[in-house]
Amino acid sequence: MSSRSIVQCGFRRGGAVGALALVVVLVQCTPSAPESRRAVGSSDAAIAAQKTYVAPGDLDEYYMFASGGHSGNVYIYGLPSMRHLSTIPVYAPYPATGYGFDDDSKKMLGAFTWGDVHHPALSETKGDYDGRWLFVNEMNGRIARIDLRDFKTKQILGPVPNVSGNHSGAFVTPNTEYAMMGTRFSIPIPKGTYAPIDKYATEYKGVLAAVKIDPKSGEMSVGFQILMPPFNFDLGDAGKGMSDGWMFWSSYNSERAIGKLEVTASQRDRDYIAAVNWRAAEKAIAEGKGDLIGGVRVLDPKKVPGLVYLIPCAKSPHGVDISPDGKYIIGSGKLQSITTAFNFEKIQTAIRNKDFTGDEDGIPVLKYESVKDAEINVGLGPLHTQFGPNGEAYTSLFVDSAITKWKLGTWEIIDKVPMSYSIGHLSAAEGDTVSPDGKYLVGLNKLSHGRHLSVGPSQPESLQLVDISDEKMKILYDAFTEPEPHYAQIVKADKIHPIEVYPKEENKHPLAIWDVAQAGLTRQGNRVTVKMVVVRSSFTPTSFEVNDGDVVTIAMTNIEQTTDVLHGFGLLDYNINIVVDPGETKTVTFTAKKGVFPFYCTNFCSALHQEMQGYLIVKPR
Amino acid sequence: MTGFADRTTRFLHQPIGMGPRALLALAAALVLAVHLLPLWNLTMFAPQYPEGLRLDIYSHALAGGHAGQDIKEINILNHYIGMRDLAAEDFTEFKWMPFVLGALALLFLRGVVFGSVKELVDATVLFLYFGAFSLWSFADKLYRYGHELAPTAAVKVDPFMPPMFGYKRLANFEVYSYPRAGSYLLAATVVALLVAFWLVWRQRRSHAAA
Repeated sequence: MSSRSIVQCGFRRGGAVGALALVVVLVQCTPSAPESRRAVGSSDAAIAAQKTYVAPGDLDEYYMFASGGHSGNVYIYGLPSMRHLSTIPVYAPYPATGYGFDDDSKKMLGAFTWGDVHHPALSETKGDYDGRWLFVNEMNGRIARIDLRDFKTKQILGPVPNVSGNHSGAFVTPNTEYAMMGTRFSIPIPKGTYAPIDKYATEYKGVLAAVKIDPKSGEMSVGFQILMPPFNFDLGDAGKGMSDGWMFWSSYNSERAIGKLEVTASQRDRDYIAAVNWRAAEKAIAEGKGDLIGGVRVLDPKKVPGLVYLIPCAKSPHGVDISPDGKYIIGSGKLQSITTAFNFEKIQTAIRNKDFTGDEDGIPVLKYESVKDAEINVGLGPLHTQFGPNGEAYTSLFVDSAITKWKLGTWEIIDKVPMSYSIGHLSAAEGDTVSPDGKYLVGLNKLSHGRHLSVGPSQPESLQLVDISDEKMKILYDAFTEPEPHYAQIVKADKIHPIEVYPKEENKHPLAIWDVAQAGLTRQGNRVTVKMVVVRSSFTPTSFEVNDGDVVTIAMTNIEQTTDVLHGFGLLDYNINIVVDPGETKTVTFTAKKGVFPFYCTNFCSALHQEMQGYLIVKPR
Repeated sequence: MTGFADRTTRFLHQPIGMGPRALLALAAALVLAVHLLPLWNLTMFAPQYPEGLRLDIYSHALAGGHAGQDIKEINILNHYIGMRDLAAEDFTEFKWMPFVLGALALLFLRGVVFGSVKELVDATVLFLYFGAFSLWSFADKLYRYGHELAPTAAVKVDPFMPPMFGYKRLANFEVYSYPRAGSYLLAATVVALLVAFWLVWRQRRSHAAA
């Protein structure tokens, strides 16, 4: 319809008889939407179906770990089926797995019941995913480690001192020496310091933080930090290959503005990418430099020359992404239509030649023309760039709602495919490593605008699978997700080696028992410990008595060693539900109140699951 | 009558040749090797267990698939129908079988050393008795596991005979039961003994002819 003019249309319809026909003409000839977006960029249906079909019982080729945004979770998808496989709770209680109810995970969450997960970072060895851990940052200044052996959150570090609004994390260095994070909302530091808002430009501070990771255990510690002007640090990527040892962070609000930032922080044509020599920072820390602020050693770039340089980048840049060989730093100015490619070699030359145009609080600003290699006219609102195996670059465009494919080095634009709708991040298969796979790319769209059965005003976000194996990109599949995928990483399935039960011999929990004969209750004053065995289909003890006001710890061991035989423990009226995996021991502690309270297995386990129940009987004092 | 007894006694004391002796030595090696190999296997498939639950029965032990986990799983499932746990302590066979197999090997070696038909007959008769008894004992075990079900079981099933040889469907399980390498070695032992007899018989005929 859209391709036909009104005149043509009217002429054709004019042959029809009666007023009704005229009405039809008028209705038919009102301007219609451009050719259905559904069709544009879509693959042939049969080809798309074949490429995404994973037969029942067959396995996907890739895992995708997607941030769950303010749900506080990480979502796992299988590619190419786009099936949602599981959810890893990180920063919020999740009754489905009992997370945040047992003593250990409750302690890990601390006083928080939410977190805003942004950027998953798979651990790397030599710049490639090694399948050991997944780090995710969170806006309240925290960072968490998920162990990919059992897909469980093992540590939450923070809130890390001085870092405020940790958007610009978690980005790991090529051998997982550090997970980087940084301030988006500058504040006076240390936290708790007062300064009026009109002192923003001078007394509020941005902080870039290197969280140290133990190479064996993955245990995180606060590491060191760098004091920065109050820019809004947004995203980052660690240098690799030739740029290994450097870390790059994008920032906006180099205006140091306050008030309505949408205007006040959008005045300059260029803001900065901060290039940080983290090996130099390590050396300075080893030499004892830096001041202790909020319990962390903080380096001031003024006092450590060679530590930080600022690269001007148009305009209010969002994503900064390093090419697989480490040579190009791709900055996307979200308020312009260009993506800028900076050359790491040129940056090094400019630093040697002191090719500076000024400074910000003593931090040298590199001359734009000296370090830039190209401005690529990708389209409106460029945000993030991912890479393919042969120099392909894919940049997401929020305003254009599309992905542009272009080529590193020649800077030519190759293809553009529309996204439905308003794409934020994008994730190509291993597309941020030293050896991207190509093949698949997922657009993580902010809006789904009813491309799904309606679920009311709270609409899901959209994930679109794109085939990038050919010259032309082709949309293969629409999937939908709860809020809110920011970044995601896609890793080849054979790099991850999960266990499916906790081996009995590895369970070192001091309260673990493996025989119902050892089950029972011990008391010390008003503290009661109940060692409990769960196995199909009973709790042992099935019921037990304590006194009103006793502090009761139940240590539950699931003595099963069979895949998928999980047992739950829901205690009515106590807001307690934990789930114990095969071979696992978990504890839950509560204060008993008088009465009789049933507990039961919440996680369907067997033919006699319904009979798996017991009673907590609390005697009055 | 006396003539028959005399002939039999003479025959029993007749020396056997190198062939039958070698076969007796082979039989000794075969029964000793039985110790290393499973005698029987039961495998159970159900929709929830597409890989099957496997139980290997040795002369001296039970071994479950998935590093032993399958026995625990079988026991957990069987407790619903009130079946006793499969436990090594319940199998007195595991105590006497290795001893008997060793004794049989010694009997075979006795034949190799003394080399007369008598030793060959003793060993063969005792070995056949051992084989028959073991099969009966195994069948009896299966019968009792399937019939001595706890009256308090959550799921009431009619007493049943698990399959000893072949396939049987039990509730949601397809159960397959077959002899394994150890039993084949025992069968090979029987064959070795029969061949030894055949050689002796042929030797006697050729003696008689001469």
